[in-house]
Amino acid sequence: MKQVSRILILLGIFFLAMAIVYWFWSKESGGSIMIFAGSLLCFMPGSYYGWWAKRMAPHPQDSKTGTSEEGAGVVATFPGTSIWPFTLGMAAFFVVLSLVFGIWLLIPGLGLAVWALLGGTAEGRRGGNH
Amino acid sequence: MTDVLNPAVHHGHDDAHDEHHGPTGILKWLTTTDHKVIGLSYTITAVLMLVIGGLFAEIIRFQLATPDGHLVSLAQYNELFTMHGSVMIYLFAGPFAFGGLPNIIVPIQIGAPDMAFPRLNALSYWLYLTGSITMLSGFFTSGGAANFGWVAYAPLSNAVNSPGAGADLWIGGLLLTGFSAIFTGVNLCATIFYLRAPGMTLFRMPVFTWNLLVTAILILLAFPVLTAGLIMLYCDRHFGTHIFSVQGGGVPVLWQNIFWFWGHPEVYILALPFFGIVTEVIPVFSRKPVFGYKGMIFATMTIAALSLGVWAHHMFTTGTVLLPFFSFMSLLIAVPTGIKIFNWIGTMWRGQIWFSTAMLMAIGFVVTFLIGGLTGIYLASPPLDFFTHDTYFVVAHFHSVVMALVLAGMAGLYYWGPKITGYILHEGLGKIQFWFLFIGTQVFTLPMYLLGLYGMPRRMAVYPHNPEWQHLNEIATLGAIMIGISTIVFVINVGYSWKKFPAGDNPWDGHTLEWFTTSPPPHHNFYRLPQIRSERPTWDYNHPEHKALEHGKHEESHA
Amino acid sequence: MDTPALPPQGAANRPRGWRRYRRFVALPLAALALSGCTLPTFGVSKGATTSSASVFHLWQWFSLAAAIIGAFTVVLIVWAVLRYRRKGEAIPEQTQYHLPLELIYTIVPLLIVIGLFAASMVVENKEVANPTNNVQVNVNAFQWGWKFSYPGSDVVVIGETTQDPVMVIPVNTNIHVILTSTDVVHGFYVKAFNFSRFALPGVTNDFTLRPTQTGTYFGQCTQLCGLYHSLMFFKVRVVSQSDYQSWLAAHKNVALYNASTKITDQQLSTLVATKYTGTTGEH
Repeated sequence: MKQVSRILILLGIFFLAMAIVYWFWSKESGGSIMIFAGSLLCFMPGSYYGWWAKRMAPHPQDSKTGTSEEGAGVVATFPGTSIWPFTLGMAAFFVVLSLVFGIWLLIPGLGLAVWALLGGTAEGRRGGNH
Repeated sequence: MTDVLNPAVHHGHDDAHDEHHGPTGILKWLTTTDHKVIGLSYTITAVLMLVIGGLFAEIIRFQLATPDGHLVSLAQYNELFTMHGSVMIYLFAGPFAFGGLPNIIVPIQIGAPDMAFPRLNALSYWLYLTGSITMLSGFFTSGGAANFGWVAYAPLSNAVNSPGAGADLWIGGLLLTGFSAIFTGVNLCATIFYLRAPGMTLFRMPVFTWNLLVTAILILLAFPVLTAGLIMLYCDRHFGTHIFSVQGGGVPVLWQNIFWFWGHPEVYILALPFFGIVTEVIPVFSRKPVFGYKGMIFATMTIAALSLGVWAHHMFTTGTVLLPFFSFMSLLIAVPTGIKIFNWIGTMWRGQIWFSTAMLMAIGFVVTFLIGGLTGIYLASPPLDFFTHDTYFVVAHFHSVVMALVLAGMAGLYYWGPKITGYILHEGLGKIQFWFLFIGTQVFTLPMYLLGLYGMPRRMAVYPHNPEWQHLNEIATLGAIMIGISTIVFVINVGYSWKKFPAGDNPWDGHTLEWFTTSPPPHHNFYRLPQIRSERPTWDYNHPEHKALEHGKHEESHA
Repeated sequence: MDTPALPPQGAANRPRGWRRYRRFVALPLAALALSGCTLPTFGVSKGATTSSASVFHLWQWFSLAAAIIGAFTVVLIVWAVLRYRRKGEAIPEQTQYHLPLELIYTIVPLLIVIGLFAASMVVENKEVANPTNNVQVNVNAFQWGWKFSYPGSDVVVIGETTQDPVMVIPVNTNIHVILTSTDVVHGFYVKAFNFSRFALPGVTNDFTLRPTQTGTYFGQCTQLCGLYHSLMFFKVRVVSQSDYQSWLAAHKNVALYNASTKITDQQLSTLVATKYTGTTGEH
């Protein structure tokens, strides 16, 4: 995790340098803001991972001598089949179509979205379908 | 030698259950969260988009085979090239590159049971599918599909110049596919950060996975910018804002800046995964490790980092951008790209090269990308860009590059097809496909370079003042026909080879972790995992006396 | 096994890596030098202005570099493909890296790229310069035609699509072009000038050309601007300075191809249909 943090911070520093050079050379605000925002977007997770890497137990995946026994046990929770991604996808579809064909499409769109978010959250709390 | 096998990591539930319970048929497809099924859905949908975009291309090429073609009207032609570019870039290349093969392969390559967020993964696919339907449904509206080019420059894309639902459906489709991409980027990052198998450190990951990690970061940096731009465009069109229109104090060229700030990283988002495919195929079929593994990763990260600072090389002719900055950054990108090409050659060097279809496609990719990349260097020079911009020289450049990506994609399908389906595609038909695709690509692109230099602008439905351009256009059309034939051969191959030639676990003597498991892999991917002590765990397991040389060329390490 | 692997037979004195291929690079370069430094045109011509000639020479040097690097790399690929075909089941030496070689093919391209950048900047500075002694022409692009006006002379030339409006300019004079657009983005492109520039709404672009040859040169809009983008033609006629003065005097206060009432879409379609029939049109 420390390696991930370092890579992201390095990228962030590179983009920050690029933003500074670009701004002082071109005085063009649009591009400067976009590059600077890119650097922030790297610093944010990078610094979080740096902070977390010091506090977490080391993962066997980050160790050159990691073995399967060290990684044995529950890896993570995988939800199995679920109708909610499809439902939320259809919701998004209707919401976007409402941009083109009329605001009434927001009714099924937002309706499906709320249903999917509720159903999906409940499913997640149950641990999924197996 | 000690047994290096260990029991696979356990999961939170009993594997055997899913074989017998759960939904079947179409409900199974609608509710799947298995990355292998989702990735296969992505791949099939993307290849379908390739065929649709290709059909548009064939119509375009037939229209252009004569100076005053009457195959389509001027209005239809504008729709055709807009949708050809849009379908190919937004609906084929992107989803294939980061949603198709990577969805299937990346978790297996790092020894993970699935992606980190399987339901989000499924959502990504449904957003992609509905986004594609949305964009293409423009053809069924009275005003026709979007017709302002795949780049939708303002003010041409505003409500005055492009009224009609086709444009809004184009915008809406891209909002959906944009979020699809962003969610895939999140998933790839989280999976690679958290779900690697024990011993699979970052610098032991296969180059394909590395490239996808960098691609995912680029997606997260770039796609939100496009989404924001699209929302701004929609507001200008429908909510009376004046972001991109002069009347009202807006700045039309701001659209170009926002679009290309996404647009340039996008072409690397497209390219890096295909580079990754080739970097998997070439070592396996040369029976050597990747040459310069660390250099490859350094080059990938350099390309990605630089790609955020070159967007305005698409805008050199606007007269509003800082030419030296963008020219220098764009020229710099040639260096890491060159490193990659030399590393691929170095991998083949002194190898034992096996010319399977996958390897032929990969080598075809390297040659074609070399041509495309070299012509890109011209475009990075503002004086040279001033007279090639918006001509067929540029069209030829990017078609060289994207056809190279298609070759690489085919390499990936032939290489990993057996792993995914359990069956090998027929090699003879594959080779026929390769020759039509590779030669067709050169016959198609090389005349277009000349046409651009002779002055033919792009996005021309007709060229009545210049009948002397017809001959080269005819040759380019012939190339397009050859490419079309290669696609037909591919479809025939898929049909002919259906469930005919069982593959086994490791038909190519592959190096990386996916070749350790069965073809196709079981639910949650692995029954057992080998010990992971290098970037080639399967090779190390199968060839312990030929582990990669750790400390230079003349020392060999033994188990 | 502690003894290092022997190098291949007879290879001890051969130069390694890229050095082996020096002779393949040296020969064509030598031939080129000996041929008296006339580089091939690589598809572009000197053009009709001073800057088009500089651009042409830059193109030639870029193409030479691309040709050499491209040929070198293709030779490497072809060589590898032919020489290292699989022969039997033996597993080859599992070389992973070679740091000196990798550094070479990082640094050499970097140096080449820096050189290309420097050369580009020299030519670019010539192209973006705007000397003060000049004749000014205002070019206005609109859907789907061009308007050329000559400030100080009240001459206006305007035409749509296949009317092919003509911009008349004198030879051997600095022509300062002010380029604007009234609606969408258009591209002002003249192949014979090796140059193009966007006409952007809300932006006043300007550049200076110095024609060196009389003649009539074709121009076209290169940036997609809507339905008749393919037909947005114009011409540039470079005449002697005295001819230019007489032309200006003769057309003072006359707006050529009067388009004060913009023609209707129907008239435009008819104009297009009758004007282009697949034959050569005006030249």
